[in-house]
Amino acid sequence: MFAKSLSLSLMASELRVMFTRRRTWAMLFAIAMIPILLAIAVYLSSDRLAPGEGPPFLDRVTQNGLFTGFTAMLLALPLFLPLTISVVAGDTIAGEAGLGTLRYLLIAPVNRARLLVVKYLGTLVFALAGTFTLMAAGAMIGAILFPVGPVTLLSGDVIQIPEALGRMALVALYTTISMMGMLALGLFISTLTTIPVGAMTGVLIASGVSQILDNLPQLSWLHEWLFTHYWLDFADILRQPMELSSFGDNLLLQLGYVAVFGSLAYGRFTTKDILS
Amino acid sequence: MSEKGQWAIETNGLTKAFGDQKAVHGISLAVPRGSVFGFLGPNGSGKTTTIRMLLGLAEATDGEIKLLDHQIPKELQVALPKVGALVEGPAFYPYMSGRNNLIRIDSADRFSDPSTRKARVDAALERVGLSNAAKKKVHAYSLGMKQRLGLANALLKPRELLVLDEPTNGLDPQGTREVRNLIRSLAAEGITIFLSSHLLTEIEQLCDHVAVMSAGKILAQGSLAELRSHGQTRLILRVDKIDEAVDILKTQGIGKIKFSKENMIAPVAEDIDVAKINEVLVKKKIKVSEIRLEHPSLEEYFVDLTGEGFEVVR
Repeated sequence: MFAKSLSLSLMASELRVMFTRRRTWAMLFAIAMIPILLAIAVYLSSDRLAPGEGPPFLDRVTQNGLFTGFTAMLLALPLFLPLTISVVAGDTIAGEAGLGTLRYLLIAPVNRARLLVVKYLGTLVFALAGTFTLMAAGAMIGAILFPVGPVTLLSGDVIQIPEALGRMALVALYTTISMMGMLALGLFISTLTTIPVGAMTGVLIASGVSQILDNLPQLSWLHEWLFTHYWLDFADILRQPMELSSFGDNLLLQLGYVAVFGSLAYGRFTTKDILS
Repeated sequence: MSEKGQWAIETNGLTKAFGDQKAVHGISLAVPRGSVFGFLGPNGSGKTTTIRMLLGLAEATDGEIKLLDHQIPKELQVALPKVGALVEGPAFYPYMSGRNNLIRIDSADRFSDPSTRKARVDAALERVGLSNAAKKKVHAYSLGMKQRLGLANALLKPRELLVLDEPTNGLDPQGTREVRNLIRSLAAEGITIFLSSHLLTEIEQLCDHVAVMSAGKILAQGSLAELRSHGQTRLILRVDKIDEAVDILKTQGIGKIKFSKENMIAPVAEDIDVAKINEVLVKKKIKVSEIRLEHPSLEEYFVDLTGEGFEVVR
């Protein structure tokens, strides 16, 4: 009965479909390659890097392998992570519509609102898998190539390895939350078309535009409303005590996006004629 | 559960407009329970649009729909589990096996029992002859195999109604026969079958009721016998002495004789006694080399209704 009302069957099935696709695994593999390539590049040229040179944290990677994940996250956030997210989010409804499977799901029957929720949660699981893959691959390759020890935080405090691993998980979680707004936007765009590539491109462009706007000081009034605004603030997790205000602001903003674009997706999808 | 009504599908003034164009223009269908109902019409006549509205995929611009006595779209979630459907061709995830595709769709239906899922999926695959290809990925399937998988999907649960949109599309002659036999056996179980097709022969072979649709409107509807009776039965006769034969036929009440090559063709009553006419002719020393009745074909009637050629009319 419980499984019925929560439609766990459909959720499980959604995840099975997602993780049956080779594309999903290819994207997770590519995400894992980011810290790996980064670590190898740093390893091969370690002595030529002065402190403060290159992206933030990069100089620390050689001193402590556990920094690999954080550095890779910084590199992946502007483009690569949003790219994979937009593929998954843009595919939600448009992908099913393009294949024609959407009509068979709906006459199975699946309530349309339920399908939207399941699709959204599915993309959220992918985001979680992606961010954790990145951090885990970072920790592993870092441990292989570089010395590992207690981690010196940005605030100068030192934490032990288990706590450092906990902070890594928190960063992955923070980044997943950061993606919630974009995923909701993707879900909405995906209800507008039957061509998944169109929806994916739309979501990716939105993330690019948002990041550009966030870099224009003239538009500073707008910045805190952009869904990409808090993306890089995960660094606050690397302070002692943890700076949680950006965490809260980010969560609030992302939930706002989820509410707005979730409603738009609901309004659009529940009244849409499925003609594909 | 309340008493089942007479109709499996009932629509009243059902209309679907896309912009100015009315794809479906005020149609009133009445599909009797237990019938095999043929929904015949040329391509683009609005058959699939009608089916989409019946199944709640598209919203009607106007009119009412009752599906198994449930109001559509209001009671869609109650009605649909009792309906199996194949709509505008099969559609599956190409990167998943046929079996997993069916499991996926069955999982989506929260009214279906997970504990019997695998058994039901296997039984459906068996029924359409796909057991051996169940583990193959769908992208390796031929169109005919996909069509069968689509039928298996419609048969995942015991249904009261099957809505089949062009179920033999893409099948080879052997597959077509098998699917037709399958439809007959399902009908024999008492399942109402709503079969859309642009093929008259298919409808004639399978259905006992039919509705003819063209350009968004229903032109005729009723049992096959009723529609057949619209046509004229004809007597075809070939004899050696034509003039004499004409006179004799007149005494039997047969006039309006036309000639086509050596044949005489005359409109007659459906229950005319051909043997007796033959006897009369022979007694008068007329050599009859051919005498037979030609019953009206549905084809002529439909061509009368929809115009020549079943072309796309708009």
